[in-house]
Amino acid sequence: MITALYCIFARDLRLALRRRSDTLAAMIFFVLVVSLFPLGVGPEPALLRTMAAGVVWVAALLASMLSLSRLFADDHQDGTLEQLLLSAHPLPVLVFGKMAAHWIGSGLLLVLIAPVLALQYDLSAGACGVLVLSLLLGTPVLSLIGAIGAALTVGLRGASVLLSLLVLPLSVPILVFGAGAVEAYGAGMSYTGHLSLLGALLAVALVAAPVVVAAALRIALD
Amino acid sequence: MLALRDITCVRNGRRIFAGASCSVAPGQLLRVQGANGAGKTSLLRVICGLLAPTQGEALWGGQNIASLREEFGRQLIYLGHAAALKDDLSPLENLLTAHALGGQALMPAQARQALGLAGLRGHEDTLVRRLSQGQRRRSALARLVHGHHAPLWVLDEPFTALDAAAATWLANLIRTRVQAGGMVVLTSHQDVDIPGVSQVVLAL
Repeated sequence: MITALYCIFARDLRLALRRRSDTLAAMIFFVLVVSLFPLGVGPEPALLRTMAAGVVWVAALLASMLSLSRLFADDHQDGTLEQLLLSAHPLPVLVFGKMAAHWIGSGLLLVLIAPVLALQYDLSAGACGVLVLSLLLGTPVLSLIGAIGAALTVGLRGASVLLSLLVLPLSVPILVFGAGAVEAYGAGMSYTGHLSLLGALLAVALVAAPVVVAAALRIALD
Repeated sequence: MLALRDITCVRNGRRIFAGASCSVAPGQLLRVQGANGAGKTSLLRVICGLLAPTQGEALWGGQNIASLREEFGRQLIYLGHAAALKDDLSPLENLLTAHALGGQALMPAQARQALGLAGLRGHEDTLVRRLSQGQRRRSALARLVHGHHAPLWVLDEPFTALDAAAATWLANLIRTRVQAGGMVVLTSHQDVDIPGVSQVVLAL
């Protein structure tokens, strides 16, 4: 079972590496959106500092949506999704491997690049650290929730629009707590509450999402 | 033992086929025949448990296939209409993944040998996107070389896009499997003549 999990995980990472342009597109989108705001709003350090967390979080949310629609759509098209459903291993485990690979190819890269982008907003090192921590806890939840939407819309026409409509409302709590943690730190308040809630969301999503995605895939392919 | 009991399939309000019944014992080949759109692929998907029939049931060893899940997955090799190959992986990587998913991990040397038998010697590490249609087909069929652990093979149009040599090779694989007590279900437009194999024909 662990070998099958690793096999799918490694396969998807290898595919992401061989199709770097898709992975890079989401990254470039993230960098561009975050960089455009200071240009549009003007060089007012106080203003930029207050909006930094919100902008980075919204951009991360939208960037993670970009690659989401292809999470299962590619597998559906070439028939490998059917093979996953007919595997000798439990589907939730395999799906978990796919989601982990998807997060590394999208969310983790955003987390790594976020501190560099935060420089444009004159964030202190401490605030930067909280931002990275909140992204580190929050982006996996985005991948996990997003995968549910991707599984439900697999094989549909106009799936990407429907996917955004399904997933974005569900992502609102993550956005609120993620950006809230950085704001709380900036205001000198305790930010651990926000991060704990993000951690709790992650824990619930880690357990529930693979099972829900597996059920959704079985319905979608029927 | 595979049994189909009075299976009716309705898709999008249209009845595709009704009352399909038959049973396949170990050492038998089931050929599903019918015109385009007669529901051959749908029937194969029902047999695999991917599609729930509107009426009737598909049984494997007396149990409903849809409820068996992973247990059934271990005993089944399904090669569908799509080749189930990743364009950005090599045939070797595709084959190793397919076997790992099927619960029968393969050594790279065995996989190379299987691909060699499938006529892909020298192309084991070429990306699948650079292969021809026939070579893709062979790459997908290479999974059957080490497929003796699975008592049931379900093959959707396995002979399409194959040249004469590959078709003979595939017919031999199927014959060996059936004679060793396996069950093979396939759809085909052409008459499949595999000497020494008892065929059951189900016409939709």
